Parts: sequence; structure tokens; C-alpha cells
Amino acid sequence: MSAALTWRGWLLDPAPVSRRQARLGRWFRAWLAFQRNGLAMTGLCVVSALVLTALAAPLIADPRAAILQVLTERLQPPSASHWFGVDELGRDIFARIVFGARTTLIIVALVSAIVAPVGLAIGLTAGYFGHWIDAVLMRITDIFLSFPRLVLALAFAAALGPGIENAVIAIALTTWPPYARLARAEALTRRRAEFIEAAELQGASHLRIILSQIMPLCLPSVIIRLTLDMAGIILTAAGLGFLGLAAQPPAPEWGAMVSSGRQVLLGQWWVSTIPGIAIFVTSVGFNLLGDGLRDVADSRSS
Amino acid sequence: MVTVAAPAAVTDGEWVRRVAGPIRRVWRLLFSVVLTFLGLTCVTFFIGRVIPIDPVLAIVGDKASIETYNRVRSEIGLDLPIPVQYWRYLLKVLHGDFGNSVITSQPVLQDLLRVFPATLELSLLALIIGVVFGVPLGVIAATHRGRWQDQVIRFGSLIGYSMPVFWLGLIGLLVFYAKLGWVEGPGRLDVSYDDIVPVVTGLITVDSLFAGEHDVFWNSLGHLVLPASILGYLSLAYVARMTRSFMLGQLKQEYILATLAKGLSPFRVVWVHALGNVWVQLVTVIALTFGNLLEGAVLTETVFAWPGLGLYMKNSLFNADLNAVLGGTMLVGVVYIGLNMLSDLIYPLVDPRARERR
Repeated sequence: MSAALTWRGWLLDPAPVSRRQARLGRWFRAWLAFQRNGLAMTGLCVVSALVLTALAAPLIADPRAAILQVLTERLQPPSASHWFGVDELGRDIFARIVFGARTTLIIVALVSAIVAPVGLAIGLTAGYFGHWIDAVLMRITDIFLSFPRLVLALAFAAALGPGIENAVIAIALTTWPPYARLARAEALTRRRAEFIEAAELQGASHLRIILSQIMPLCLPSVIIRLTLDMAGIILTAAGLGFLGLAAQPPAPEWGAMVSSGRQVLLGQWWVSTIPGIAIFVTSVGFNLLGDGLRDVADSRSS
Repeated sequence: MVTVAAPAAVTDGEWVRRVAGPIRRVWRLLFSVVLTFLGLTCVTFFIGRVIPIDPVLAIVGDKASIETYNRVRSEIGLDLPIPVQYWRYLLKVLHGDFGNSVITSQPVLQDLLRVFPATLELSLLALIIGVVFGVPLGVIAATHRGRWQDQVIRFGSLIGYSMPVFWLGLIGLLVFYAKLGWVEGPGRLDVSYDDIVPVVTGLITVDSLFAGEHDVFWNSLGHLVLPASILGYLSLAYVARMTRSFMLGQLKQEYILATLAKGLSPFRVVWVHALGNVWVQLVTVIALTFGNLLEGAVLTETVFAWPGLGLYMKNSLFNADLNAVLGGTMLVGVVYIGLNMLSDLIYPLVDPRARERR
């Protein structure tokens, strides 16, 4: 108890003695603000549960059950042995949901891994150098910004063929522009700051200034934006899966699972309904988490 | 003399503000619209090129000799440099020529015009539902910030924009059509009502009213109400959320206090003065919502077997009918660009301040 108190006191010390203490203290205060928001904490729990499920999938459910077809047991309702029932090909829905969490997280992670660096690179370059570079890059960004997302993803998936990688490319291609705008706005406001001038006088290269001085300042807003976008990315991915354009059977994917249950919807509601609930809960979780993070950031800046 | 010259100078400035400013603005807008359109054609052209199907092989078959192959290849212009190919593609698109659909063996444009009204009917009704309910709910949430009304509305819209639309559609069909029988099932009309009403606008509800076929009207409305309500709910969620945050921004302003101090009723201040300013920002949101409805059509129409643009594109997709897919992409893209342009044009009409700037 006393240890926790001293930790807390050390973190909340108004006069930190080291840089690390100051930084950790700032994070701790943000966490305290975040913690007070019940909805945001719910979101954090949902997202953590998703990540844990995806990481520990083989421990939670039998990997073979997700794909193994036991035709004699097909379309069984939820029971003690099959918590979420059995689908039309005799596969355990619980196992497929658990492994489907992996598919969803992989898509989200890959999209973020493409979108954030690309958006940052384009936006920071445009904002830092300005002039015609800015004009050209922002024109391109605006063009991509005014494209219909799902339809373009559809056309790309049609051209490249269905599959997770192509779904990721298609979603990423229509998701990066807001990040470029965000990064550009941040770079523009910092461009004339005195610490940038100081770095320039010390002889730092443009690349070094962008990477070490400006980019770290953009990261929080990019991360918040990513969290808020996650739900949209998950819904688009599930939509592509529903249309049969993301993960290919027999790989478990929630959108495709909803689609495959359509034929038996009237008699066996659980086949379609349960994966739909999984998509919905995940998307609510990311929305709540994103809103919470944004509130914390807003209250800190104001 | 001085008194005469002074008004002349004012009218000069007036002229620049009234005419030259808007002309420059419209010119700039046209420039960006043309550029975006070119970008769109670049993307569709690129997609058409990267497709793994060899268009020449599709025509000549794999038993053709190398001479035939090369002849066909140059006939369809694939041996030309890429920029020339793009130019030819652009000219075709500008003439409304998207090639023929493989499935219907009709020009894609003709197909698109045939299926588009169905999508339009559905998304327009959904948009109306979204705006008529979404805006007041957003205003109420903002004026009751933090109280139970706000919590309920925010929670309702959170559910709306976290919902996978295709899944909600399936559940809606299961509950309201299969179990309760309150609405009609998938499709736009029962089979027995097909081909009774002549196609004028393509919107069956409107056409049947004009033709005086009330049975057809009620039947088509029965089919329309479920998908339109579901899409309407999703748009409502977004519109209410945006209205709430815009209204919160307005209610903080000092003029609100001033109008209240003047003795205007709070009702009037909120619904006339504050909301009047919010409409300006809502124009863009509504245009965006309509765009989302159009592209979301691919999913909803698949669920409801609604014979519109989305279902057409989806079917083309699975029959490797690339002309039809790219034509549909182009149509949605053009409508999207058009909506953006429209909201940019309407913006200064509803907001005098935007007219003053630049």
C-alpha cells in the first residue's frame, strides 16, 4: 500500500527531477483522466479482450475445430459442448469466432502499418517543404480523399482477385489521405517554431528534423485518429468479407461467416447472428476507446 | 466632386466582391473537379490494366496462333504506349462509352441507367429519414448535454455507426419479415406486380402513384420501408452525432447569450438562431451521408436483393465482368465528386461569411 502511494507520489510530483519522471508523470495523469471515463474503459476492455483472444487463440479453442467439418453435427444449436453452435458445414462457431479475431486484427494491423507511415511521409513532406511540393502532394491527397471507399476497394479486389492482402491494399489505399492532412497541418504549425530553427542552425538535415523533431509531435493525433478509424476499417473489411472478397474459405472471417449463414437464417439464427455480434462488439469497442482517447487529448490541449 | 467619386469607388469594390470573387471561386472549384475526375479515370484505367485476365486471350482463345494474337492485340490498341492508351480510354469515358457488359451484352452505360433509379429511391428515402430525425435528435442532445436525453441519443448513435449494415439487414429481415410479417420481403415488388406500371422516373413509388396503381404503390412501399429504415438509422446516427457537436460549438457563442438577454424565448434561440448557423456545416455532412449511402448500397442491396447499382456491381464482380464493375465505380465516383462540388457551391449561399472571404 505504501509502495503504491510513493509510486503515485513520484509520478504526480509537480517538480519532476528527471526527464523520465516528467514523461511518465504526464502519461500517468493522462491515464488517470482516461480511467475516470467509464465508456472509454469499457472500450479498452473490449479491445484488450480482442487482442488477447487473437494472441492466445490456440489456447482458447482447438485450431482444428475451426476448420474441421463434422457433417453429422451440422447446424446444432448452442450447447455446452458447442457454446455458439455449429455452422452449416459442421464447424464449431466458437472456435471460428476466436480464430476470426486473428483475421480481423491482422487486417487492422496491416492497414495501420501501411496508412500511418504513408500518410505521415506525404503530409510531413508537404507541410515541411511547402511551396509547389505542398501544392502537388495535397492535390493528390484531395483526389484520393474524394473517392468512394468501399466501391474503390471493390474494384481493386475485383482486379487483384479476392484475398486478405488485396483487401488490405484496397482499404489502405482509401484510408491514408486524412492522415496526410493531419500530419501536414501539424508540420505547418511547427515549421516556424524556434526549436526547429535551433536544430537547423546546428546543421541537422531536413530528414533528421522531420523524423526527430516534427514526427514525434504528430504521433499522438495520428494514433487517436487511427483508433477512431479502426471501427470503420473493421466494418469495411467485414463488408468485403461478406461479399466474399476478403479471406477465402475455409479461413475463418467474421464477415464471410455472416454471409454463409444467410441460407439457414430462418431455421438456424445463430450461424449468422453470432459473427455479426462479434463484428459489432469489436467496432463499438474501438469507437469507445477512440472517443475516450480523443477526450483525454482535447482536455490536455485546452 | 468628391462626394460623387466616393460612391463610385464603393461600387467598384462592391463589383469585385459580388462578381469577381465568385467567378474566381467557381473557376477554382471547376479546376479541382476536373483534376479529381482525371484522377478517378487514372485509377479505373490502372485497375483495368492490372487485372490478371489477358483481354486478348479472352477474345482469341488460347488456341490462336501468335499472328492472330498480335493482330487482335494491336486492334484493341494494347501495343500503344500507355499515355496514348489512357488518352483513348479517357475519350471513350467522356463519350459515355464504358464498353459492353459481358453478362447482359448491352452497353454498360445503358445498364447503369436502368439500375440506378432503384438505388436512388432507396438512398433518398434513407437520407430523408436520417435528416428528419437526425438533426432534431442532435439538437436535443446538445441542449440537454450530459443529461439522460443526451446519453440515450449518443448511445443510440454509437450503436448506429458501429453496426455492420449487412448484418442489421439480415436481422431485420429475420424479425420483421419472417417472424412478424410486418413488411414485404427482399426485392422491390412482389412478382405478381411486376411490369404493371410503366417506367417513367424509375422510382416505383413515384411511378405507381402517377399511374394511379395504388396496390403497386403500397406493395413497393412495403418492400422499401425496411431497407430504407435500416439505412436511415445508420445515416441518422452520423447526422445526429455531427449536429450535436456543431450545436455545442454554436451554443458556446456569445450571440446566444445576447439573444437570450434580448428576451427571445430559449426555444427560438436554439431552433432558429443556433440551428440556422449549424445548417451551414450540415450541408457538407448531408452530402457526405448521401455518398456513403450510395457506396453502402453494394452491401444493403446484396442483403435485400434490391435490383440497383450495388447488386449490379456485385454480380458483375463475380462474373469477371470488369467493364461493368469499372463503369459502376466511375458512376459512384462521379456522383461523389458532384456531391462534393454541390456542397462547395451551396456553402456560400447559406453562409454569408463564406462569401466575404477571398
